[in-house]
Amino acid sequence: MADHADAAENAAPIRTTPLNARHRALGARMVPFAGYDMPVQYPTGILAEHLWTRENAGLFDVSHMGQAFLVAESHEAAARALETLCAADILNLKPGQQRYTQLLDDEGGIIDDLMVTRSAEPEEDGVLMLVVNAAGKEQDYAHIEARLPAGVRLMQAPHRALLALQGPKAAEVLARHCPDAAEMGFMTAKSTTFDSIPVHVSRSGYTGEDGYEISVKAKKLEAVADALLAEPEVKPIGLGARDSLRLEAGLCLYGHDIDRTTSPVEAGLVWSMQKRRREEGGFPGAARIQRELAEGPKRVRVGILPEGRAPAREGTVITAPDGREVGIVTSGGFGPSLNAPLAMGYVEPAMSAPGTELSLMVRGKALPARVAPMPFVPNRYFRKPA
Amino acid sequence: MAETRYTKDHEYIRVDGDTGTVGITDFAQSQLGDVVFVELPAVGKTVAKGDEAAVVESVKAASELYAPVSGEVVEVNGALTDAPATVNEDPKGHGWFLKLKLKDPSELQGLMTEDQYNDYVANL
Repeated sequence: MADHADAAENAAPIRTTPLNARHRALGARMVPFAGYDMPVQYPTGILAEHLWTRENAGLFDVSHMGQAFLVAESHEAAARALETLCAADILNLKPGQQRYTQLLDDEGGIIDDLMVTRSAEPEEDGVLMLVVNAAGKEQDYAHIEARLPAGVRLMQAPHRALLALQGPKAAEVLARHCPDAAEMGFMTAKSTTFDSIPVHVSRSGYTGEDGYEISVKAKKLEAVADALLAEPEVKPIGLGARDSLRLEAGLCLYGHDIDRTTSPVEAGLVWSMQKRRREEGGFPGAARIQRELAEGPKRVRVGILPEGRAPAREGTVITAPDGREVGIVTSGGFGPSLNAPLAMGYVEPAMSAPGTELSLMVRGKALPARVAPMPFVPNRYFRKPA
Repeated sequence: MAETRYTKDHEYIRVDGDTGTVGITDFAQSQLGDVVFVELPAVGKTVAKGDEAAVVESVKAASELYAPVSGEVVEVNGALTDAPATVNEDPKGHGWFLKLKLKDPSELQGLMTEDQYNDYVANL
């Protein structure tokens, strides 16, 4: 037995979330992830956790992620500042609206991906809430701070923790503690209370299911988590199932499917760059991104379904049926809801149409596979009737 | 009387006469998590001690099963192809991987006994 999982240990002292003792009490297997001691799975295992989330509701501790506020005297000032760093339309965010975007470098590569929310509170006009990946947060904050104009400040919020409650029963469960969450639409957020605890709730997530992310002060995290775990529909879910859920949902994992070498156009994230921004430019790497939009990128991210049962892992070389190398797998594994192996990766545009036959080079053998549309499992986000 | 020996990589080999049944230990399956795929060698393949003899994949990762001793693969557990979770449910019984005809039974002396393996795992 030799484990090929990423065993990268950090030399820096390992950090913990406020739920560390709770994870251990629940019997979690803890692993180092992005400098944090995190639960990869609980005793029931990744398959059961994944399927539970798709059928009921899963609770994820995502307190390792970076939360920060961008603060200016007006929404316009904060939005204009952030728009110099990413290609989303931040200016036209409505109060309480959330968007997914990426911090871009001058070559159009992706420094990190993040969620941006305009505060719903009129008295907080000029506040944008940011949630960035754990692994990149210090670098992201330094990058943002170094580029802010006078009058716009970045305020890190290390005292805040984050839970994700995901799955088709998330709404009915959360409504017992936070009644006004039920009527929220996908990608909206508000400040409210959970029981009597102040929380900031967004209707979003990383599983393809309906669900919420709940930001709360670190010292109140355990109370919120325990109240949710006491609900019969809720089980704790580790990072292992988080990864298989997001892969089935076709969502990118930073450092694997997107990084400094990939542009948002190559990554299939054009939807996250609203029309005004695509046309006006004015973001880092705009020359490359606008050229790729006009002429097409050199490679594109696609979903891939192997025909057999063997998973193809990250780094697997993709070839055309004639053996010519045409790309590489960036995430791959087994989809418990799909009950089959699945992968995503980058291929030449000519090889990217759904149904295109490919081969995956696994342990020296060419395994047949096909390009597949994503998500692999249909999204079930809550779209509020207009 | 069959005797079972263990490797530091958490394979077992249960020897009966000149043949050994090879699989992974309960500790190994618990560390791997849900097994979703097993790749077995061809019957007739010759392996040297320490060679990669099979592949076992969980949701998260691929791992190798190494030959505990040298020999020829005389049988494989084809049932694992359709029911890989058997490795989790019954690793030392129905979840066996392959049978080896031993080339040099003296190689077994270099492997751990059950007591030694239990001590080894207890100290990991």
